[in-house]
Amino acid sequence: MIKCEILLTVNEESHSIIARQADTLLFVLRNQLGLTGAKPGCLNGDCGACTVLVDKTPIKSCMMLAIEAAEKPITTIEGLCDTPIQRAFIEQFAFQCGYCTPGFLINAYALTKQHPDADDETIQEWLESNICRCTSYQEIEQAVKSVLAKKHEND
Amino acid sequence: MIGKSVIRKEAWDKVTGRAKYTHDYFEVGMLHAKLVTSPYAHARIREIHTEKAGSVPGVRAIVTGEGLPLTGEDLRDRPPIAFDKVRYHGEVVAVVVADTLVQAEKAANLIHVAYEPLPSVGSPREALQEGAPLIHENLANYQKGKYSYPEPGTNIAHRTKIRKGNMEKGWAESDVVIEASFAFAPSDHAALEIRCATAEIRQDGTIVIIASSQAPFMIKRLIGEYFGEDVGKVIVHTPLVGGAYGGKAPVQLELLAYLASKAVGGRKVSVWNTREQDMITSPVHIGMEATVKIGCTADGYIKAAEILFLFDGGAYSDKAIDVTRAAAVDCTGPYHIENVWCDSLCVYTNHPYASPFRSFGHCEQAFAIERTIDLLAEKLNIDKLELRMKNAIRPGHTTPTQVVLNRSNVGNLPACIARLRELIQWDEWQRIEINSRTVRAKGVSCGWKTSTIDTDASSGAILTFNPDGSVNLISGVVEIGTGTKTVLAQILSEKLKMDIDDIHVKMDIDTQTTPEHWKTVSSRGTFMAGRAVLSAADDAIRQLKAIAACVLRASAEDLEVGYGKVFLRDDPSIYVPIKDIVYGYKYPNGNAIGGQLIGRGHYILRHLTPLDKETGAGKPGPEWTVCAHAVEIEFDKRDYTYQIIKAASVIDIGKVLNRRAALGQVMGAMSMGLSFASRETFLFDRYERILNAQLRTYRPIRFGEHPEYMVEFIETPQIDAPYGARGVGEHGLIGMPAALANALSVAAEVPLNELPLFPELIWRTKEGKQYGSI
Repeated sequence: MIKCEILLTVNEESHSIIARQADTLLFVLRNQLGLTGAKPGCLNGDCGACTVLVDKTPIKSCMMLAIEAAEKPITTIEGLCDTPIQRAFIEQFAFQCGYCTPGFLINAYALTKQHPDADDETIQEWLESNICRCTSYQEIEQAVKSVLAKKHEND
Repeated sequence: MIGKSVIRKEAWDKVTGRAKYTHDYFEVGMLHAKLVTSPYAHARIREIHTEKAGSVPGVRAIVTGEGLPLTGEDLRDRPPIAFDKVRYHGEVVAVVVADTLVQAEKAANLIHVAYEPLPSVGSPREALQEGAPLIHENLANYQKGKYSYPEPGTNIAHRTKIRKGNMEKGWAESDVVIEASFAFAPSDHAALEIRCATAEIRQDGTIVIIASSQAPFMIKRLIGEYFGEDVGKVIVHTPLVGGAYGGKAPVQLELLAYLASKAVGGRKVSVWNTREQDMITSPVHIGMEATVKIGCTADGYIKAAEILFLFDGGAYSDKAIDVTRAAAVDCTGPYHIENVWCDSLCVYTNHPYASPFRSFGHCEQAFAIERTIDLLAEKLNIDKLELRMKNAIRPGHTTPTQVVLNRSNVGNLPACIARLRELIQWDEWQRIEINSRTVRAKGVSCGWKTSTIDTDASSGAILTFNPDGSVNLISGVVEIGTGTKTVLAQILSEKLKMDIDDIHVKMDIDTQTTPEHWKTVSSRGTFMAGRAVLSAADDAIRQLKAIAACVLRASAEDLEVGYGKVFLRDDPSIYVPIKDIVYGYKYPNGNAIGGQLIGRGHYILRHLTPLDKETGAGKPGPEWTVCAHAVEIEFDKRDYTYQIIKAASVIDIGKVLNRRAALGQVMGAMSMGLSFASRETFLFDRYERILNAQLRTYRPIRFGEHPEYMVEFIETPQIDAPYGARGVGEHGLIGMPAALANALSVAAEVPLNELPLFPELIWRTKEGKQYGSI
């Protein structure tokens, strides 16, 4: 079993870790860095619960090897602090059990940053990659749209 | 405080990634287990070769099924690890324990099991045919509960009978009779959090389990019962649970974790399903076949109902017996029918075994009943809501199990129907052709549900105080996402007249220190735990007044508690702060009285009885929540695809305790019901192997596919419930499959009596094609 040293920059902190080349980014974040916010839901790229940002792009961390993420800026849910999208999720009751929430939030956060003018089609294209089993999605839609609308107010 | 949309207590933990679930508790030195599962649905196990696997570095133990006790909640028919034969695709045949998951997986792949395939049984009707393969040859000898009635020599694990009124009279009074049959295969809960359990057995015999479960207290009891362990030495921790929907009510992985730990000298072992195993190895959403025959007068009054539910309980009965019983309890739907005959069977098949699924047998039976009601309305040429209104269950009527209803124990269905009629503009149109290709249609349905839980199920609550006078609320309800613990805090806040921010809720469960709440199921959390909290609050208030009476030199009867103080009723300026007395009161000279104040309360449901074996007579639950639903769809006549445009529910909730939380429960349940009805099913091959056990091929509704949801509440209080609130966690789901099927049947102009409603099913039904090819 070959292990290697990987330099990861997570939430603006750098970490040097030793991992198997086959270890996924999700596994390393959770089991080596204790960042358990990203959740395993399928380990197959289907559910989106493990979504993190790599180079500002939402990535399913179960589908990326840790070595592929080396030296790229990574943002996990633990790196979001009192952002408008987090507040909107709370205000709009956009989660219940909370298990899909980190993935949804990361994805929605990137969406609102990259597409402040997102139309319904763009919102769907982004968010259909994540599964929520508790809410009706209507609450999540309201949360995302409330943040997009506020961005416009500020413009 | 009551009715306010208070944000959930654990909200910030959940949006910052701090919320911890079972699999987030990682420990250095913890061993990992990998399950080896059966590739066959029915096969004899000839040999299991573990030598190669055992020599993989890091492997510490391999556990197989020999010599283990049988398990099962109502009927002990299930070996925790298959022994002698496997009865479903995905059944556990061995558990490999290793230092790392990678090692355990590697070893698991090297275990060779020699099987001799047996003929498999693929549906309840097939299982009941003469000469069908017997799935449990030994059924007669299984240990069973007092109220389970297996039929040895058949594949029937249990039969619930409902016999009410006089069927001959009912048919004689009927001018019109309609009969139809229905079917759907098992599907899955697909909670986002994969099931997980860890176990360790300490030197003194203490067993510590961490489990993603709706029933931590049941895990404790069952490990005691199944394995002869001292129940006081079993401690179960349950942190936040990442979705459950009934699927985490059974006890399964916890037993494997216990056995695995035992095999490695008590070291801590984690058992964690893969998504694929979580879908088929762990219990699933039950399938059903049914035949419903309803007779009514020419003017639309239902006189008789003959109902046969054949539930696909899968390979083992476990909780399925209860589910099939609950379906029988409310078998007629929320309608007044004097003459009822119902047999509800829990049938063994070679499918994964079933567990509760949100609505506990009700969305399943409602699909059959509400489709039949629509067919009846069409035959009678009566408005579909009018027919439902005419027969709506009301106070004074009796339920199928002969409980007399009153204004407290049943909600107001006529009010729900009337409001739904306005909400969806039913009278304006029910089917319109948009163009030559597109048609819009509405479908409606009604539902009702009581709980069918153990008659002695109870709930406890403990209140402790902090030095600043704030309160810690400790209840055995598991936070599975329903927000019940926040609602409990609201109930307490109202009762103690205390700021909600001064109430701290203990989120996780530790069965050693948390008072028991039987199971977090059946929409009974708020009712039972709410009553327990109110009782604990009363206890705390009594103690607060007793000590304040000494301090204030006043009679306890003259005191009030609220706003952080105990004060004189007629002069609130004379008071003692709660914080000064909850750890005893110290007089200026140093003398002290009292001590730490602990409020305790409990609640047990009153006057519940088991069902009579021959007639079903009995009182299964305290109240019935009623609901009316509608779905509006847009259907493409050329390619048979459709979009769900709107979905509506009007529910008699008794009293809204937290508006947004209640709306969330109902809308989430509706979404789950529509997802199940439109697209969720396991696909089986002819050997009953499952072809789509992953979320890529088993595809729940995703963002953007959701309709517009409309939810309204009627408030008819249940007198015994906290502030009158009725159970509401499941009811949004009940009528969704039926309403969708009713809408599509109208749109496609063909009766659709199977689920899920894939476009292909509609095409096949419309074109009368047997097979899915052109």
